Order: sequence, then C-alpha cells, then structure tokens
Amino acid sequence: MTDILQLLIYGLVLGSVLTMGAIGVSMIFGILRFAHFAHGDFMTLGAYLGLSFISAFGLSSWWALPAAMVGMAVIAVFIDQVLYRRIRRTQPVILLIASFGMALILRSLVQLIWGSDNQTYTSGIQFPWQLDWLGGMRLKPDHLWIMLISLGLVAGVHLFLTRTRLGKAMRAMSDNMDLALISGIPAERVIMVTWVIGGALAGAAGVFLGIDTRLHPVMGWTTLLPVFAAAILGGIGRPYGAIAGGMIIGVSMEMSTLLIPAAYKPAVAFAIMVGMLILRPQGIFKGTV
Amino acid sequence: MELSGIASYLISFLTFAGVYAVLALGLNMQWGFTGQFNIGIAGFFAVGAYTSAILTTPSSPAYLGGFGMPFLVGLAGAVIASTLLGLVVGLITARLRTDYLAIASIGIAEMVRLFVKNEDWLTNGVRGIAGIERPFADTVLDSPFVYLVIVALFVAGVYFLVERAYASPWGRVLRAIRENEPATAAAGKSIAGFRLQAFVLGSAIMGLGGGLYAHFFGFLSPEAFMPLYGTFLVWVMLIAGGSGNNRGAILGAVLVWGVWSGTELLTGLLPTEHATQGAALRVLLIGVLLQVILVTRPEGVFPEKPPKLITRKR
Repeated sequence: MTDILQLLIYGLVLGSVLTMGAIGVSMIFGILRFAHFAHGDFMTLGAYLGLSFISAFGLSSWWALPAAMVGMAVIAVFIDQVLYRRIRRTQPVILLIASFGMALILRSLVQLIWGSDNQTYTSGIQFPWQLDWLGGMRLKPDHLWIMLISLGLVAGVHLFLTRTRLGKAMRAMSDNMDLALISGIPAERVIMVTWVIGGALAGAAGVFLGIDTRLHPVMGWTTLLPVFAAAILGGIGRPYGAIAGGMIIGVSMEMSTLLIPAAYKPAVAFAIMVGMLILRPQGIFKGTV
Repeated sequence: MELSGIASYLISFLTFAGVYAVLALGLNMQWGFTGQFNIGIAGFFAVGAYTSAILTTPSSPAYLGGFGMPFLVGLAGAVIASTLLGLVVGLITARLRTDYLAIASIGIAEMVRLFVKNEDWLTNGVRGIAGIERPFADTVLDSPFVYLVIVALFVAGVYFLVERAYASPWGRVLRAIRENEPATAAAGKSIAGFRLQAFVLGSAIMGLGGGLYAHFFGFLSPEAFMPLYGTFLVWVMLIAGGSGNNRGAILGAVLVWGVWSGTELLTGLLPTEHATQGAALRVLLIGVLLQVILVTRPEGVFPEKPPKLITRKR
C-alpha cells in the first residue's frame, strides 16, 4: 500500500512536468496547427539556462525556475520571429519539419555550450520527510514544491485564458481561426503570447525535471513522447485537457514499474496514446482532429 | 597505396549514399507523394536491419538467430518485417491528421529502439550483432566494390518501381490526396485506403534499406538507430533534393551524405578532447542547412515535375 502511495507521489511529480510541457504543445497546436517537435528541447535548454543563472550568481537551485521561464519565453519568441514566422504562410506541416530540425539544433547547441555529461543543480541528497501518519511514506520537499508550483502556474494560465482579453482572443482563435480573424483579433500578438506562455512553461518543466533527476542534453527529447501522449490524451488544442492528460500519463508511467521493467516506462505512455488514437482520437476533452 | 585508400573511401561513401537513397525513396513515397509525415524512419530502418541480420548470421547462443540463411532471404525478411510494422502504424493513423502520424511514428521508433536495447535474447541488446556477412562470402565476388554494385542495382530497381508508381493512376490519387483531401474524397477515392497503401509501401522500402545497411556495415547496435542518423538525415536529404521527385531523393542522399561526411573530415582535424563538441557542431550545421533550405528554397534542388499528360491521338 505504501509502495503504491509512494509511486503515486512520483507519478504526480512526473505528471506536473508533463503537464507543463503538454499545455504548451496543446496551445501551439491550437493556434498554429502544428505539433511542435522542438518542445522537448525547449525544456532542456530552459533547464540549462537555469543552471547557468544559478551558478553565475551562486544562488540556490530554485532560482533556476524564474531564469529558465523568462529565458525560454524570450527564446521561443525569437525562434518564432526568425524561423517559424517565415514559413507560417505555407502548410503547417512544413513548420513541423522546421521544428524537428530546431529540436536537433537546440540539442547540439546545449551539447556545445554545456557538454554532454550529467549535471545537477545542487550536489548532495535532500532528506525526505517521513510521513508516519501515511504508513511511513517519504516525501521530498522538492517534490512538494514541484507539485505546488505547477498547480500555481496552471491556475495562472487558467486565469489568463478566462479573464483577459488576450486569453479570450486566444481561445477564440483556437476554436475557429477564420471567424476570429475576421472579427479583428490581432493574430500576430496572440501568436507571440502563445510562444511566451509555451516557452515559459517548457522552461519550468525543464527545471522541474532537472531538480527531480539530473540535467542531460537528451532529457527533453526523451520526455517529448510522454508530453505528446499527454496532449493527445487530453485532446490536442485543449490546455485543460493537457492537465488531465499529463497527470494520467505521469501516474501510469510510475505505477507501471510495479509490473514491468522500468526501462519500458516510455512504452506505457506510448501504449496509452495508441489506445487513445484508436478509440477516441479527439481526446478526453474533444480536441482538434 | 594512397590511390587505393581514396578508392576504398569512395566505395564506402557511395555505398552509404546508396543505402540512404533507398531510405529517401521510401520517405518520398510517404511524404513526397502522399504528404504523410513519418519521423520514425529509424524504427523501420532498425527493424529491417535486425531482421536481415538475425536471419543470415550463423547461430549464436547470445541472441535469437543463427539461421544462416542467404542474403536475399535476409532482405526479403527485412522487407516483410517492416511491411508488417508499417501496416500496424498505418492502420492506427491513416484516418487521422498527419500530425498524429508524426507523433505515433516517433513513438514507434523509440519503442523499437527500447525493445532492441532491452531484449537481449532477441538482439543481444547493447552489445549488438557482429559478423553479418556480405553476399557471396568466401568467393571472389566478396568485395566492397561488388557490394556497391549490388546496392546500386537495388537503388535502380527501387527507383524504377517508385517512378512507375508516381506516373500511374494510383500515384495520381496519392498526389491528389496530398493537394486536396476533401476533393479527392468527393471524387470517390478512399483516402484512408490509399494512404495506408502508400505508407506500407514506403515502410517496406525503408526495411530494404535497413537490410542493405546491415550487410554493408557488418555490425548492428542500438546506437546506430538514434533518430539523428536514421531519421533526420533522411529528411534533410529528401527536402534538399526535392520532395516528390525521385531523382531529387537520390541526388539529395548523395549531396547531404557528402556534406555530412565532409564535416566529419573537418571536425576530425580538431583535437580529440573536443570530439563530442565536433559531433554536436556537425548536427548543428545540418540542422541550420535544413532551415535555410526550408526558408529559401522549399522545393529543393529538383522541384517536383508532374508527369506529362498522355493525350490520345485521334
């Protein structure tokens, strides 16, 4: 029983990371109609930006989070302006190829600048709290923070989408592009804000992943498949669905280690995704097919 | 000595380019003709390579296999295995937007790699399979040059087949689906059916490429099937050469493989402690090359040229 609760905690932590990525993927798909394959490497780059920031100023590991979020928001808008904007006029699938190439560019940049060895934000291990009232389950403070902060970020995205003009414009564009454009929604501004949010959340996901495990140039790429699985499960183009999708995929991946070798964790995400594509490709929350 | 060194480098270069040309032709079937986005090429490539290796190597206690079959049986096995994999992926995704195929195909490639890496009984895991022989082993014909000729024959054969397919009414339907899906459906064509056929055929060609690779290189390990080598280079080749154009696919394979090998020669000049940086720099260059092509000349070196209309003489 304790084992299952313990795995549930790990699952929710992983789910928080996946949710951060999947919201971005889902929003970008809703607005720009393409699956953004560089998102995993956005996460990686964000994590490494955070690492450089804290080691440059000698700060504690959580300072990596704001640095990564701001850095990735700027970089995402920059990449969009320099590259994606130029090919946006053609078919969306060309953007898909470009983003796949961008993924490799970013990863090799990370390798060039930071090297390909494992790195961590802080050395040493953190002592978990022993929760005796929950059967001696352990909870690391970092894990609690990851869950709480991602909850806060999700709430922020929710408030933005429902309470601000730009957020409403974004939802309108995602629901019906043509109708939104003729009613005078500033498309370029909405696209830019999409990249700001998507990039910042990817940066946060990268830092969470780095705090939870370690930093490595392929950390984001290997997380990309579960992130897509989460986005599809929730209904691609639906940011709220991404939250449910992220949590389901995260918990199932961790729980699966009870039954199958841990090396096959990504396979669980993949299997859920394939099942979803067969049974209900629009996802739980009716995304764009 | 110097001259024979250059000759053997050239032979190895062209053989690699030939293997990649087969892969690019397979991708052209899927992407160039039909507009299906497969970024799991590495998966089909690996399945083909491993199938052929397991069928043709002498028996070994370390992994399944040791069937010691002839070369052509190995290649046939490679084609059949990747056809089946293509059928499964195609059945799941043929009726969905191509973005879903992209995501599913990247998943399948990762799954194949995980499986190859972890299932030692089948593939010898990370230790890999060694000693895969070229055809005509232990005869006078067992030379790299003869193998180059064999690969060239396969490239020519595949080129002939896909070129015929392109000009045929079947190929016309594929292009119609790519250009305007609703109109093609309105003309009474089964979109999912044609997509599935093109996808499976393309996958089979990729499996063939995998088999050819296995017998050329002689050694397989999961590292060879990272998305970078298996998938990304093939995409750059097809886009650079001209997607939709089969000659473009072959030319792109030679050109991009040339750039890739050329940068290897350059980064080889770096001191050894910078070896990993050198590798990253090469990937960076190829990635930037792709973006430059996409922005400045998305149609590639040889743009697609639809076949001439056949007018009936009266």
